[in-house]
Amino acid sequence: MGTRIKRRAVVDDTACVACGCCAKVCPLSAIQIWRGVRAVVNADKCVGCGKCAKECPASVIEIQEVRP
Amino acid sequence: MKKRWYDYLWIVELTYLVLGFFNILFAWLGLLFFFIPLIIAAVRGTKGYCNRYCGRGQIFGLLGGRFGLSRKKDIPRWMKSKWFRYGFLIFFFIMFFQMLWNTYLVFAGAQDLRQVVTLLWTFKLPWNWAYHGTLFHPGAAQFAFGFYSVMLTSTVLGLVTMVLFKPRSWCVYCPMGTMTQLICKAKNRKDHTVTEQN
Repeated sequence: MGTRIKRRAVVDDTACVACGCCAKVCPLSAIQIWRGVRAVVNADKCVGCGKCAKECPASVIEIQEVRP
Repeated sequence: MKKRWYDYLWIVELTYLVLGFFNILFAWLGLLFFFIPLIIAAVRGTKGYCNRYCGRGQIFGLLGGRFGLSRKKDIPRWMKSKWFRYGFLIFFFIMFFQMLWNTYLVFAGAQDLRQVVTLLWTFKLPWNWAYHGTLFHPGAAQFAFGFYSVMLTSTVLGLVTMVLFKPRSWCVYCPMGTMTQLICKAKNRKDHTVTEQN
């Protein structure tokens, strides 16, 4: 039986400018700007579709595989 | 996704830029684009302006996204470094205060009104068609010319990086964005200290 690999968006906290472009495109509202400082991913909601990573003007979001 | 009223604020930004071609005094309205983000950051401690209301960002998003005028490549690493972002903010501040100084000189009568819009802090474009005399002091017009120069320069820079990199690349080094993020960082650090003390 094949197991489906889970993916999730991971934000580089130090380089995030908190512009909110990611939050705008997320279809599941799984990424939000925390207090104007940085983007935070809700791990329970994120399915790793990659829309935020594509949109991020600073390209600081990476889609990573989640190891169980 | 459902569109909200604030998704149309690009119209306001575009109108602002167009108005500056007809009467430079409209440039004063641009102070709203400076004060609203700062007030939101200082009072609410968020970058609500960048996240929702920034019409400039929306213009870049539309032109680069829907109109396909962006290469959608990654921005160079140095452009998102703290050195560049803070450096650009300081540079912007210096240029802004120089503009205020020029305004002061006209108010003080030490300098005549210059009806030019300075693009990229270098190129002086004649802009006399947008000045029809005023009830106010010429100094008020000098500020308008200077402020409009700031707004047009940032639009041009934003358009260039929109084409070269991702649509909203301007957001990475936007001085207002950097400044509001700094305010939010400081504010939230303070809030944390208060909570910890309680």
